[in-house]
Amino acid sequence: MSDKRLKPAPLANEGLPPEERGLFCDAAPREYEPARGAWENFLNWARSESLWLLGFGTGCGAIELRPLMTSRFDMYRYGIQPRPTPRQSSVFVIGGYASVKTLKRIVRSYEQMMGPKFVVALGSCTINGGMYWDSYNTIKRIDQYIPVDVYIAGCMPRPEALLAGFQELKRIIKAGDGEGQNEYARNFDWYKANQKKVIKDWNMPDYNW
Amino acid sequence: MEPTLLGRIGYAFVSLFVITNYGLLLIGSMARISAKVQGRVGQPVWQPYIDIIKSSAKRNAIGHGVMFYLGPVFRLAGGIGTYMFIPAVFGSVVFRNFSDSGDLLLVMYFIFFGQLGMALGAGEGGHPYSAIGVSRGLAQMTAFEVPFALSVIAVAVQYGTLDINAIVAAQQGGFARWTLATNPLAVVAAIIAFLGMSGHNPFSVVIAPQEIPIGPPTEYQSNLLGMLQTNRAIFNGAKLVLYMNLFFGGATNIVAMVIKTFLIYFVNVFVGQAFPRFRTDQSIRFFLGVPTLIGIASVIIAVI
Ligand code: SF4
Repeated sequence: MSDKRLKPAPLANEGLPPEERGLFCDAAPREYEPARGAWENFLNWARSESLWLLGFGTGCGAIELRPLMTSRFDMYRYGIQPRPTPRQSSVFVIGGYASVKTLKRIVRSYEQMMGPKFVVALGSCTINGGMYWDSYNTIKRIDQYIPVDVYIAGCMPRPEALLAGFQELKRIIKAGDGEGQNEYARNFDWYKANQKKVIKDWNMPDYNW
Repeated sequence: MEPTLLGRIGYAFVSLFVITNYGLLLIGSMARISAKVQGRVGQPVWQPYIDIIKSSAKRNAIGHGVMFYLGPVFRLAGGIGTYMFIPAVFGSVVFRNFSDSGDLLLVMYFIFFGQLGMALGAGEGGHPYSAIGVSRGLAQMTAFEVPFALSVIAVAVQYGTLDINAIVAAQQGGFARWTLATNPLAVVAAIIAFLGMSGHNPFSVVIAPQEIPIGPPTEYQSNLLGMLQTNRAIFNGAKLVLYMNLFFGGATNIVAMVIKTFLIYFVNVFVGQAFPRFRTDQSIRFFLGVPTLIGIASVIIAVI
């Protein structure tokens, strides 16, 4: 894909000790132009029909993700399959509340995914904190830290709700609106500032390849 | 009429195109059959195509150095190389590929060439799980290599040639002339080795998805992954065609080829759905036990 924009300035990587900075990449993410017209529609169709899930099971809602693989719900028939590595998966499923410690891993994994990447967030905990709204240790709205495409409400959402959510995600991708990767690159500074506000022990590069 | 070199290259492309599509559909339909066994509907038969398009349509990709890029290239070269030296359809001009005398040795070399290339590439990815997957894969490969090599030796001794075309020619004229009928022990050893080669259960510990995320290709993404997925189809097709030629009388037309290779591949699904996964040490012990003895017995039978 062609890239029409200039490269942004290198990142400071201040969280890393000076002797380690040279080992990590200091390039900020950049935006990628979608292809044009029917070709992009075709690619979007392929992206939507082959959703590879990265589900770490961050919160209790993740327990409803597992039944999708079983013969009762069988997500494979919708072209959805689990993929254990962030490099290969295209949909990041946030499985419920995210503690600050988990958020760090969420950010790392999200940044390691190859674009176009999509995020589905389960449960009311990811929307407004849910029953953990006054917890000292969890974040309230996940979309202040990474861009989210679909929220699935409920505490916890049933597998049927998850399937409906994935259908909604497919619709969004097919319509060409699943541009979370570009959104993240465009508002990178804002997202980083939010992340650093809550993650106190920032000992990783500013952008994880 | 003997085609020119240019004509043969053209035919090779046609043949490669056919085997790629056949391999992809085979993977898709086997996934669907496995799903039926588990009482599911299963993914569409054309899902492998969509997955490859999706992987190749990724907008960015990362690399870890030259060897990292060369890994999938070697793998693909191994897959195409294996296929190119096996006559897919006996007596056909289009599907003859570049088979020539002594190609059996070349093919055996190519089967393992891809794995080694991939091991180097995955190693440069730097992911610890890649290294674990690679060491498991190579250990398992060394083990199933033994019964496989023994049965190939038995076949070579029996027909007195290393030319796959000649081996197929010797098996023409009915079921009684197939290696399956003349030296069943060699076939048994080879089929057991085949289970290990294709990495289905019970020998799937190499790419154990939840334990060592996908193993060797953990770090591969975007079009490199697309390449690996395409190669999987070609390589599968090549191995099946090789087995069909060595043990099941080859094929004189494409329909016979499809039916025979489908049935050979089906053995995988049959065993894979019925048995749980072996650990690496278990599978090594397994391959070096009874299958190796069967392989030795098949060589002895062939010599007598
Ligand atoms: S929304 Fe409910 S089920 Fe989901 S993580 Fe929060 S408390 Fe758990």
